[in-house]
Amino acid sequence: MEVIKVGMADLKTIKAPGVLTTLGLGSCVGIALYDKYNKVAGLAHIMLPSSKEIKNNENKAKFADTGIKLLIEKMIDEGAFKKNLIAKITGGSQMFSFNNNKNILKIGERNVLATKEELKKLNIKIISEDTGGNYGRTIELNAEDGSLLVKTIGHGTKVI
Amino acid sequence: MDVENLNSMMIDILKEIGNIGSGNAATALASMISKRVNMDVPQVRIMEFNDVARVLGGEEKLVVGIYFDLNDEVDGNIMFILDLESAINLTNILLNRTSKEDELDDMAISALSEVGNILASSYVNSLSALTGLKISISIPSLAIDMAGAILSVPAIQFGYVADQVLFIETIFEEGNNCVKGNLFLLPDMNSFEKILSSLGVL
Repeated sequence: MEVIKVGMADLKTIKAPGVLTTLGLGSCVGIALYDKYNKVAGLAHIMLPSSKEIKNNENKAKFADTGIKLLIEKMIDEGAFKKNLIAKITGGSQMFSFNNNKNILKIGERNVLATKEELKKLNIKIISEDTGGNYGRTIELNAEDGSLLVKTIGHGTKVI
Repeated sequence: MDVENLNSMMIDILKEIGNIGSGNAATALASMISKRVNMDVPQVRIMEFNDVARVLGGEEKLVVGIYFDLNDEVDGNIMFILDLESAINLTNILLNRTSKEDELDDMAISALSEVGNILASSYVNSLSALTGLKISISIPSLAIDMAGAILSVPAIQFGYVADQVLFIETIFEEGNNCVKGNLFLLPDMNSFEKILSSLGVL
């Protein structure tokens, strides 16, 4: 079975049988989209909430807003229908904690919020999520059934 | 001004800061443990996000990250990353023991935070002395997790301006204990320009 790795600020699609995986997700968010009728899966690994906040925004896969749109386009190219798509989201941890409220440390939380907003705007339902906390996650999205395996170090393994 | 546009002179200067900082850090470490500590010339590298984890042994490799806030005239962060083996070697040096365990106990974590503090202060002092800028650092925050997850923190900070990160790799040795430490200096962009201009390169 084909396994494709999705790096940081990257996105990939796959048709069954196959698995998309992203390793060591921290404050970034992993957005898994799935069309169960056509068995097309897509995974984006975004780093920042919005492409509008900064100048250097050529890499669309880096941002929640542009990344999700691009992922949907690619999935449609692979034979998915937008109306069939459901979403599962993971990541958005806060790896280090301080008492102050510096924005940069809350980036995980902001990434999750921006992801939810964008999905809502696009009318894609989030059916499950495993976000927040202060630990990393490795995820595997199976194109056969859309299951998303979440592995951690010291915080268990689950399928969402 | 972004990381891609760093010219070779700027890189040389950052390398020199890394060099002096590492030298001071090695001296601090040596006097703390009253032993001779050797240090390799630090490597300053600019790499793609996705290649950095490979240097540390892959995204899922267990590493220790020690993170500090920088305040005053330079805003930003400084972060040390050690692989678990180096972290254990370092605590063995510090606590004068020969643990073969592959886990860090509370004592080891506390010792690592403290040494992180000393190392980060050494770098920051060098930077401050060279630039004449007042820089203070916060207390350390430590995390032990997958390299990819810990690296997401500096990657995101660099992500605002570039698709690359800049980091300094330093290797310390004491007897048979080898400690490989990676330092990420993450000034925010205004501070970065301030640093370079006070060094006369911008």
